[in-house]
Amino acid sequence: MAAIFPVSSQEKHEKTKPSTKSITLRISKFNPGKDHATTFLEFPVSYEKWTTVLDAILEVKNYHDHSIGVRYSCRQAMCGSCGMIINGKPKLACFTKISELDSDVVTVEPMNNFPLIRDLVVGFERMFSTHKRIKPYIIREDSEISSGAKEFLQTPEDVEKYIQFSGCIKCGLCNSACPTMAVDSTFIGPQGLAQAYRYIADNRDQGKDERLRIIDERHGIWGCHFAGSCSQVCPKGVDPAMGIQLLRGYLLGYRK
Amino acid sequence: MEKDRKEGIKGMANPGRYGIERVAYWLMRITGLGLLVYFIGHIYETSSLLDGKAAWNSMLELTQTTEGHIFLALVIGMCVFHTGNGIRLMIAEAGFGFGKARRPDYPYTPSSLNMKNKLCIYVSIGLAALAMMYGLGVMYDV
Amino acid sequence: MSSIMRESHIMKIHYLTALVAVGFVIIHIMVRVMQGFSDSLLFDNVIANYKSIPYAIVLEAMLILISVHGFNGLRIILLEIKQGRVYENAVTYGCLAAMIILIAYGSRTIIMASMGMV
Repeated sequence: MAAIFPVSSQEKHEKTKPSTKSITLRISKFNPGKDHATTFLEFPVSYEKWTTVLDAILEVKNYHDHSIGVRYSCRQAMCGSCGMIINGKPKLACFTKISELDSDVVTVEPMNNFPLIRDLVVGFERMFSTHKRIKPYIIREDSEISSGAKEFLQTPEDVEKYIQFSGCIKCGLCNSACPTMAVDSTFIGPQGLAQAYRYIADNRDQGKDERLRIIDERHGIWGCHFAGSCSQVCPKGVDPAMGIQLLRGYLLGYRK
Repeated sequence: MEKDRKEGIKGMANPGRYGIERVAYWLMRITGLGLLVYFIGHIYETSSLLDGKAAWNSMLELTQTTEGHIFLALVIGMCVFHTGNGIRLMIAEAGFGFGKARRPDYPYTPSSLNMKNKLCIYVSIGLAALAMMYGLGVMYDV
Repeated sequence: MSSIMRESHIMKIHYLTALVAVGFVIIHIMVRVMQGFSDSLLFDNVIANYKSIPYAIVLEAMLILISVHGFNGLRIILLEIKQGRVYENAVTYGCLAAMIILIAYGSRTIIMASMGMV
């Protein structure tokens, strides 16, 4: 049961009092079909301690410049749509509060290492096709429908082995931070590799050899040099760097 | 029409923004390339032996200078860092030193970026600095 | 190399050459330090070192191991920087050729010096 504390009228007033704090929001504008160079539009935006970068962008879009291209959906770090570079680092705009940034100027740019569609929107086709390449589903001959047991039982310990990696929302922040992706767009990338581990570590899956063959190639898993930047920016605690190193254990013969 | 936002070599080589692990990645590359350049030079340098004592001595005159000693000290540092960090990477890349995968809890501290790993990087840098000092001491008979 | 071997096999060689080379480099440095750095560079002392067969074997092993490790490292970096079938094959076979040339060039010094052909 929740405890109820009396709130004084002064506290009430302080809580609802609008903030006088404001920042300058710099938004990257570039349309590859029309523009020759990226320009930054600057807008003064006032904010509360709970205002997210996405809120600020949408305020600008609603009241100052309708033409700003931004992709978003759930506003709660579930859909992975609003990844962008915020003050130099890849973050989810809906998951980043302006007050946390501790800066009077907030610069938003589209994510690196992706093809740019317009302004803050990048194309995910390449990432999704790589994701698809590693076969992100349970591979086995029988199915839960045909099996006599009707369902494949797992102990909580079995689930712990992969649950961390199943939290991936495919926002692309890890690929944007990866130093190998910065130069090699044929690299599978931390997103795809962590997902390969997610399925290999699942004891219901029998597609280990198939997936290991896919990732053990020139632009596969060995393109990771454990810089750890992917794990640093992951907003869901997936820790792709860990998944990749654990995955390598299979190829080096330390894991069976 | 789309434009690729690939960061390029500048983004790959930028050691800032992502903490000590990214610095270690950058140092590993630079020291590796530096050591390869030194190694090729060293093979060439020692081949002067075959041309006799005079050729060897004139090669020494080129390399046994203050600049040459500073360069050699840098090579020692690069070698020690590359070895120390390389051993860390070999252990990590075999999947050891992270603990077990587990259900993540907010604020999601990644176990791959744990203190053990960071400490190994700092120790590698520290050992490289010490080895450089020791090397300079040996070269100058201190 | 990649068309001949799986990348994981190449990486196993990369790790192994590194580990063994570290051991030999330590021996190489210890020998020089024990002789005294300046004295170890004297022509006669260097030739005497090469004439010691176990030491010449250490040098040859080090030459091969570091060349394999170094040029594979270079190949990895170059393959990341640019992609394309022609470029990738040029890099792969170029690094392999450079490695072989360096090993041959270094071996010439070791063999001739250890056989007293100076």
